[in-house]
Amino acid sequence: MVSLLEDLRNRFGGAIGAIRAETAHQLAIALNSPDVRAIAGHLRDHWASRVAAVFAEDRTAAEGVFYNHYVFEQAGNPCYLILEAPVPAHDPRFPSLAAELPAVNWQEREIQDWFGLEATGHPNPRRVALHDNWPDVHPLRKDFALDQELPPFEGEQHVYRPTLGEGVFQIPVGPVHAGIIEPGHFNFAVAGEPILYLQLRMFYTHKGTEKLFEHIPIPRAVFLAESISGDSAFSHGTAFCQAIERAAEIEVPPRAHVMRTILLELERIYNHIADIGAISNDVGFVIANAHAGRVRELVLNLNEALTGSRLLRGMVSVGGVRRDWSRAQRDLLRDAMGGMESEFRDLVALVKSSDSTQDRLERTGILTPEKARMLGIVGVGGRASGVDLDVRRDHPYAAYGRYPLRVPVYEAGDVCHRMQVRIEEVGESFGLIRAAAGDLPDGEHCAPPQPIPPDRCALSAVEGWRGEILHWVRTAPGNRLERCKIKDPSVNNWPALVEAVQGNIIADFPVINKSFNLSYSGTDR
Amino acid sequence: MFKILQKTFTTGIVTAPYPDAAPPIGEQFRGRPEFDFAAWRDARPAAEVCPTGAIAVHDREDSRQVTVDYGRCIFCGQCAECSRDGAVRITRDFELAARDRRSLVLTAEYALGPDGAQQYVKTTGAPEGGVDSAGEEVRRAIRSVLGRSLAIREVDAGSCNGCELEIIALNNPVHDIERLGIHFVASPRHADMLLVTGPVTRNMELALRKTYAATPDPKVVAAVGACGTSGGIFGRNYACLGGVDQVVPVDVYVPGCPPRSQALLHGILLAIGRLGEKRAR
Repeated sequence: MVSLLEDLRNRFGGAIGAIRAETAHQLAIALNSPDVRAIAGHLRDHWASRVAAVFAEDRTAAEGVFYNHYVFEQAGNPCYLILEAPVPAHDPRFPSLAAELPAVNWQEREIQDWFGLEATGHPNPRRVALHDNWPDVHPLRKDFALDQELPPFEGEQHVYRPTLGEGVFQIPVGPVHAGIIEPGHFNFAVAGEPILYLQLRMFYTHKGTEKLFEHIPIPRAVFLAESISGDSAFSHGTAFCQAIERAAEIEVPPRAHVMRTILLELERIYNHIADIGAISNDVGFVIANAHAGRVRELVLNLNEALTGSRLLRGMVSVGGVRRDWSRAQRDLLRDAMGGMESEFRDLVALVKSSDSTQDRLERTGILTPEKARMLGIVGVGGRASGVDLDVRRDHPYAAYGRYPLRVPVYEAGDVCHRMQVRIEEVGESFGLIRAAAGDLPDGEHCAPPQPIPPDRCALSAVEGWRGEILHWVRTAPGNRLERCKIKDPSVNNWPALVEAVQGNIIADFPVINKSFNLSYSGTDR
Repeated sequence: MFKILQKTFTTGIVTAPYPDAAPPIGEQFRGRPEFDFAAWRDARPAAEVCPTGAIAVHDREDSRQVTVDYGRCIFCGQCAECSRDGAVRITRDFELAARDRRSLVLTAEYALGPDGAQQYVKTTGAPEGGVDSAGEEVRRAIRSVLGRSLAIREVDAGSCNGCELEIIALNNPVHDIERLGIHFVASPRHADMLLVTGPVTRNMELALRKTYAATPDPKVVAAVGACGTSGGIFGRNYACLGGVDQVVPVDVYVPGCPPRSQALLHGILLAIGRLGEKRAR
């Protein structure tokens, strides 16, 4: 790390202010100007770094400026690097990186919408988070009230890229979809059956979550974190608690670390099994989905026995977990594993026994490794396209790092390999749970509650079953938060879907979409 | 093919007989919190920790009103953990669906002593199935038209997707909702019931209104989850309208965060009058 910092100082000395190691997991570099283009390009080209997240913060009351935070992850470096670029309140503009780094496209536009800071030079500066019918407001500015009533709906205005050409037509889908899925709008341009391009419009489920975090005490905010994306309740809850623990330097007991690890893996297992079933279902192999649904119920019942909630809610807390496990619960976990594993093996054998299913999945919805890297794709979708990232291995948290973990990575980038990554990850998860359950230390399950000191910043990363979840917090007096930024992996990965569907027949869209299975609520917050 | 059949036969029947028989529910499951209002010494700690304001304390000079709203509850269990007098107990009761939003709210009145201790006076609220006769007629009509076979259109009006997971689970072989003649359809035009989740975001309001308008009469609407019922942890803010009934008329509320699959089934059957009146809350 020293050499990276020295290099940055030598090259950009005048532009760099204080460098602070806020926690052991992050290094913050204060910059003097909103222009980070040169440093970002240098980090990318010479230090193998990728932008993990970009977000803003309104510090006009305290410091008279806004800040843009650019979170970089350098391959092989367990510490995240955060560039803090001030954006003056009297001239709220910053040079866009989106043309060079397409991965920040949406996130920069979010900054425009939430904070009213203009990303100058952005190739597509239209609104993304606030729909076109919203008045000219910037909800994450401090002078915007959480409960502000906005004028009533005035009708659709959004203009999609026109669909032109003989025999080319448009298929608008959503926000209310045919299946039981979350709302979003997909606008397809098709030439016969093949998809020419897909335009997405998200943020239908925007609930003001980040703003709400600034208005509730931290113990309540844990439950809000569990409602960012219901299928990742434990992962988001853990990411949030971990951020608070790092900010307040709370030492989490080893027993809690191991319990969290087990529950994080159970969340991965139940979701991956559901996806394996749903992918099969979307190409007509219905019976595999029936078995997957049955096996998933086994996991959900185990979840309930271990946490009181089928979806692992209400268990994680700042400092550890809310409830300890009895001897009986530990025995149940151990006994349930064998049955679940053998049922899972049967399910995989069933899916793979069907040649027609494999035929539909192979070479469908290809995302090339080159595009995946360029777009900053993470998680399952990234690993199936050669992006070798996994927070559990690269930035170990909870009890990860103590147990062996193999990260499956493929280059093929099709639906088949996104399914294969899931299949292998479930196998790894079973191994992790076995290792962790056999290694559960005695002792406390939660650190004693303590007040959270104000004005501390901390970044926390968790490998949810979809991919890298980031939470960044700045604490406020009175056990509250000044700002909580949430980045669900879905935010990174929607552009992957747009790339992967091109040239595929429209009938394969559902299975391609399912193979990424992104969270709308996690995106929209 | 042979292996597929073999797996099916060796698996056997896994479908649970709910609602004909009580489902096997684990001891750890957190269902409806039960309040012994008369024994409750101090409601303030519970109100303090309640993440959604489901438990609220309103103090006047010498009296205290405590309200408990199951429509807001996310079943975190903290109220029981912090009430040392044992007045709050977590039960495994999950059949909480109600036709009348008011019946999900309990209110207790206390006198306040000079030392701040609360003295129980009375419990009010919770009109037990207090529905008017016109409503009864409508329900009979609904039951005669929709009671045997029901087509549901699910609408996510801004949920976190937790409710969706449990709704999807209704279609798996364990819950197998189609055994009851109930199935999910792809369009509101084919639907008898809208099953609506989420606090209704500003960005989903129009879509929900249009979906409701596209559903042919007679139709019923179920508001699902704490968010659908009341706005839940999100409540009402610049982006959320605070529950389904702020936008379209609701026939049944299904509390839970999320409601487990059987609780959803209970709510759906309650909405179409297929649960015996004895079981209705």
